[in-house]
Amino acid sequence: MKNFSWKLIAVFTVIITAVIYILPTIKPDLWPHKKINLGLDLQGGMHLALEVDTEKAVESTIERIAQELRSLLKKEHIMHSGIDRVEGTRISLKLQDKKDNIDEFESLLNKEFKDLRMLSRSEDNGILTFVLDLPAEETGLIKKLATQQALETIRNRIDQFGVSEPDIRQQGERRILIQLPGIKDTKRAKDLIGKTALLEFKLLDEIHDLNIALKGNIPPGSEILYEVKEDPVTMRITKIPYLVKKRTLLTGAYLTDARVQIDSQYNEPYVSIDFDKKGAKLFAKITEENVKKRLAIVLDKKVYSAPVIQEKITGGAARITGNFTADEAHDLAIILRAGALPAPVNIIEERTVGPSLGSDSINKGLISMCIGGILVILFMVIYYKGSGLIANIALILNVILIAGGLAGFQATLTLPGIAGIILTIGMAVDANVLIFERIREEMNLGKTLRSAVDAGYSKATLTILDANVTTLIAALVLFQFGTGPIKGFAVTLSLGVIASMFTALILTRLVFDYFLINRKIKNLSI
Amino acid sequence: MRFIKPDINIDIISKRKIAFYISITIILVSFLSLIIHKGPRFGIDFAGGTLVQVKFSSPVSIEDMKSGLDAMGLEKSSVQAFGDKKENEYLIRTDKSVVTDQGLSLRVKKALESAAGNNVEIRRVEMVGPQVGEDLRKKALFAMFYALLFISIYISGRFELKWILSGVMAVSLMSVVYFLSLLDVSIPFLIGVALVITLILFWVLKLKYAMGAIVALMHDVIITVGIFSILDKEFTLPIIAALLTIIGYSLNDTIIVFDRIRENLRKHHKNTLEFIINRSINETLSRTILTSVTTLVVVVSLFVMGGGIIHDFAFAMIVGILTGTYSSIFVASPILLAWQGHGKKK
Repeated sequence: MKNFSWKLIAVFTVIITAVIYILPTIKPDLWPHKKINLGLDLQGGMHLALEVDTEKAVESTIERIAQELRSLLKKEHIMHSGIDRVEGTRISLKLQDKKDNIDEFESLLNKEFKDLRMLSRSEDNGILTFVLDLPAEETGLIKKLATQQALETIRNRIDQFGVSEPDIRQQGERRILIQLPGIKDTKRAKDLIGKTALLEFKLLDEIHDLNIALKGNIPPGSEILYEVKEDPVTMRITKIPYLVKKRTLLTGAYLTDARVQIDSQYNEPYVSIDFDKKGAKLFAKITEENVKKRLAIVLDKKVYSAPVIQEKITGGAARITGNFTADEAHDLAIILRAGALPAPVNIIEERTVGPSLGSDSINKGLISMCIGGILVILFMVIYYKGSGLIANIALILNVILIAGGLAGFQATLTLPGIAGIILTIGMAVDANVLIFERIREEMNLGKTLRSAVDAGYSKATLTILDANVTTLIAALVLFQFGTGPIKGFAVTLSLGVIASMFTALILTRLVFDYFLINRKIKNLSI
Repeated sequence: MRFIKPDINIDIISKRKIAFYISITIILVSFLSLIIHKGPRFGIDFAGGTLVQVKFSSPVSIEDMKSGLDAMGLEKSSVQAFGDKKENEYLIRTDKSVVTDQGLSLRVKKALESAAGNNVEIRRVEMVGPQVGEDLRKKALFAMFYALLFISIYISGRFELKWILSGVMAVSLMSVVYFLSLLDVSIPFLIGVALVITLILFWVLKLKYAMGAIVALMHDVIITVGIFSILDKEFTLPIIAALLTIIGYSLNDTIIVFDRIRENLRKHHKNTLEFIINRSINETLSRTILTSVTTLVVVVSLFVMGGGIIHDFAFAMIVGILTGTYSSIFVASPILLAWQGHGKKK
């Protein structure tokens, strides 16, 4: 009997452990373990997959290098007739083919821009054209960092926005997966996450005529950007064009803080921003040099305002206005504080479930679980009588073990996951059916009760193991393949298969042994 | 209580030709339907696009909804009732996968409310980009292929103790498939060829049980896919989950029969293989059917009461369990006889 009691202890340990893990889900204060996680499809929320446009990060790096080249050449008095970014990530640089000029340029290139790779060098009519770019390792690194930095920035924004238990992770090389449980205003959340938030200060081009530029004759070095206004009442959108110089004087990179404030005159919210020391110095210099000119505040290629500079501004503070609602201003302040994304992101997958659908799904899942369960329980009792009752106890314990497993492993219960539990209710009795059928067969051969039960279990065990292992293989492959809800199905299916093997092979065996050995029953109801 | 008497003795094996023709016919019809429909009808998970599930507070006509959607520039969208009739729930679907950026759900809500004069609740929005859809399609095919391969290694290992032979075969197949998939090869084509090669290898290497299992599984999956195609139902992620579950589960019945065949081969080694297989099928008939019945009971309750999202999943499972039971009796076991006929001719 030693073996018997040892097994008994093992079975009770497993069951009690499962119950302990389930308790917090029913009564949260009993002991501090987390409840069973509900997936987004059950509790409502938003799942987003973003793709970071890392190519753009390389392009903006190249753009910055081109700008640095321009100002350095100017400083060193090297004559050039154009430095431009071409074909996305290349710099084309035209120099007069004079020896001094070339030598100076090449020494500058070797000293300051060691990373640049020379792609080609061609001469045409006394003009030497260089094409430069960054080597592959360098662009690879820029892309990798861009994704990481985008992830950090987005995490920062979501943290400041305040979502409970967000899940943000990188997938593959350039994708970011975001799960926001319980979020209601999905548009606002998407705006918050998806905005690049590149803040730029640029001068308006007041020399050239905007109307001529609008007809397609845009002066070099300038571009047309729009201010977009939406009337809150009529929902009509108006676009105001501005002719803006391409050169960026100052960016949001120098920001230290951004806050929402209310304009006392118009009672409208605006965002006030503070620059760090370097930024404040730059801002003072820009405003000093451009008094009476208009400075455009541009966010993500959209003009927010273009006030006339009245005097030199030294405090290192500015304000962004633009008919914001309180929420918009609040979110903009968050985005500016968290910083710009290194590259734009695109939403490539979105799944939003409203809270009411989630609770409906839970109810329907539970109802079909109860009805399916009751039908199976009735069937087993009618078909196998007393033994069916034992199988039913095993079945109920099976569900408890799955729930315990979900809570213990901190797995997530999804709608397909509930379907998985229901499915395993049907499968769990399979093992008992196999055993009972074998016992019946052995009894028909005229064996004694004990040896029939012994033979039934020992001969059915391998079949049960084989059948369950194949289901487990499929479930594991599914776990590897699936996303979110489907993973949840693979989890409950695997847990169910393991639990049903445990209950069928160990637990019901114990009950049979108890009746046959301890109670010494002579007739088996099967 | 017993449905099937213990001394039942149906001559199943002699009817294997009839079963063979039935199976072949259904499989051909499945392929035909797939060809006519130009492949499976993919849901937005695999094709990309946008899906919005809306719920009205009182009944509305689909025409009203369509006119509302036309007004907001979604004229190419399809509208379809969803779930229980009295719930007034509808699915709106478009091919466009980029429109969610500009607050799509809010605009749909407003457009529908003004067109139908009825309160609208946006219950679910799903947008899948074309790239994501294509990735998922590839991954789903690979998942099914790997599941089939792993399971057949396990079967030939357990039933014929040919772990090493089948393992080496599977690993080399998988690595070839993996490297080819890195090149620009059409994935469905690649997986199809890989499956055919797998079958040929099983045949040549005489991995009988693995062959029987994998043929039965492919039979079940093809028929389930075919019935979905005939009924013009959509393939979504949960359907793939159902197919993989069928791959895992429908084998249970096959294993029950195979186990008995192996056992009886030892007991009655003087009899012909036909006799042994037929006897094994009969001896296990009761449990083969019972295990399927208990699982069918819960799946049917899921089908009836589980709600719209789980409906098709449950349907696929029902088809899979039924064909799985059939194929374990009429497909998997007769295949074990294939080599015998082959050997005799020589």
